[in-house]
Amino acid sequence: MIERLIKWSRLKSPWILHLNTGACNACDIEIVDALTPRFDVERFGILLKASPRHADVIVCTGPVTRQMKDRIIRIYEQTPDPKFVIAVGACAMSGCVYRGAYNVIGGVDQVIPVDIYVPGCPPRPDAIIDGVVKLLQKLESSK
Amino acid sequence: MKKIKIPIGPQHPALKEPISLRITVEGEVIKDADVRLGYNHRGIEKLAESRTYVQNIYLMERICGICSHSHTTCFVQGVESLCGLEVPKRGLFIRMLVCELERIHSHYLWLGVAAHEAGFDSLFMYTWRDREVVMDLLEIISGNRVHYAINTIGGVRRDLSEVQKEKILEGIQFLKKRMEYYTNLGTTEPSFVARVSGVGILPKEKAMSLCAVGPTLRASGIASDIRKDDPYAAYDEIPFSVCTATSCDVLGRVVVRIKETMESIKIVEYLVKNLPSGEIKVRAPRKVKEGEAVSRYEAPRGENIHYIKSNGTDKPERVKVRAPTLANYPATIEMLKSGFIADIPLIFAAIDPCICCAERFVEVIDTKNENTQVLTMAEIKKRYSKSQGLKKGSSVWPL
Repeated sequence: MIERLIKWSRLKSPWILHLNTGACNACDIEIVDALTPRFDVERFGILLKASPRHADVIVCTGPVTRQMKDRIIRIYEQTPDPKFVIAVGACAMSGCVYRGAYNVIGGVDQVIPVDIYVPGCPPRPDAIIDGVVKLLQKLESSK
Repeated sequence: MKKIKIPIGPQHPALKEPISLRITVEGEVIKDADVRLGYNHRGIEKLAESRTYVQNIYLMERICGICSHSHTTCFVQGVESLCGLEVPKRGLFIRMLVCELERIHSHYLWLGVAAHEAGFDSLFMYTWRDREVVMDLLEIISGNRVHYAINTIGGVRRDLSEVQKEKILEGIQFLKKRMEYYTNLGTTEPSFVARVSGVGILPKEKAMSLCAVGPTLRASGIASDIRKDDPYAAYDEIPFSVCTATSCDVLGRVVVRIKETMESIKIVEYLVKNLPSGEIKVRAPRKVKEGEAVSRYEAPRGENIHYIKSNGTDKPERVKVRAPTLANYPATIEMLKSGFIADIPLIFAAIDPCICCAERFVEVIDTKNENTQVLTMAEIKKRYSKSQGLKKGSSVWPL
């Protein structure tokens, strides 16, 4: 009973943390776009949080730089369970144009487990919202 | 009173991008600030050496997502001057059109972020809603909302049709009306003005000596704009004025950016109405003649400089990028001093920091014998540990 209640409340209001792992700002402004009036994900109860300790979903943008690697792991560990990671943009998926650069490790999945990938350079806000909704569906079907 | 050091970042609620600040405070008052960079360093300059010029346009675009057109234009201008290419007038006009639309989008975005940092969230939501109109216009022109990919060596890749022109004029009218409303709101709303006036003072002499650029410099009363001082593209034949403010604080920076947006709207109108006919690009050679070029460009955040060295092949030998945010860091530290802790996000947002733009590599110049050395990350760590007397294996930047 309590578990069902927790699941229901989690589905109705996933709080997200926006984590820039070395992105070029393009995905970042599209994520903020998704939160502002035209797309407005807040109507689904999705709220942008500033602290990893409040978040359920980490939205990562950009390729992982060597400097950020340890910090990403630390932020992932600070996020309470159960936690989910969305990799937004081609860079967060695989490194995109920065592939092969000496300071870039690659996609976010090289460092932390990723649940949903949203392709695009940058993805449109609609695509990001679609990614979040797909994650919620995944959550709903899981036990 | 005892001095305390506060670490802020790299992941912090007040910051949108990874950067680390070490603030020394005495009570509530900031005494000193230290900026630590490198979290967003990807190694683009090195990567550029292994790609062809055409591939590099796409790489340069991804230095920054907000001023993507600035970086490509700056790069392409440099390559064009190396090749001695004359870009057709229509191509230049379309390039400038995208440039000014980008400035409008960037300033709208900034106004929202500044309002958010000042605690005026309804203005943040308003500006971001209206910004969607510019994003739509850019999408109509280029097919993408953020990375426009409109530049190519020798001109632009897409032409404008009559329908697109009408759409642009229509959208611009709406933006003009909204900006007039924000001008009124941003300068008369008592609580907002009280929050931003007198914060982050940067006197005229300091702004000069610390080499601030862009709206930060212009808000300190210095009328410097690359579009006027060293006109590129066809800016010498377009009527516009350089906007300045004399209050030297965050309010001044708000006023300068609002005025600049109004100017940009006028420029866009002029460009669309006076668009010349003809070709949009010329054919560019694959290999670029040997030589060096420096290209300057007035990005939304200030002066952007690209240096390109070519060795006669289809790949550049060296590309150096000096983004405007990097030039503004020394001035930011000056602004932070003697401010309050609560002002940090506001002051920092006021320079419109674009951290991903500013992350370039480390070059150490020995002042005694002028030796230049490029250091690896491991070497920097080793040297820092040695100078600080740290033990092997201990954290270099303890947080």
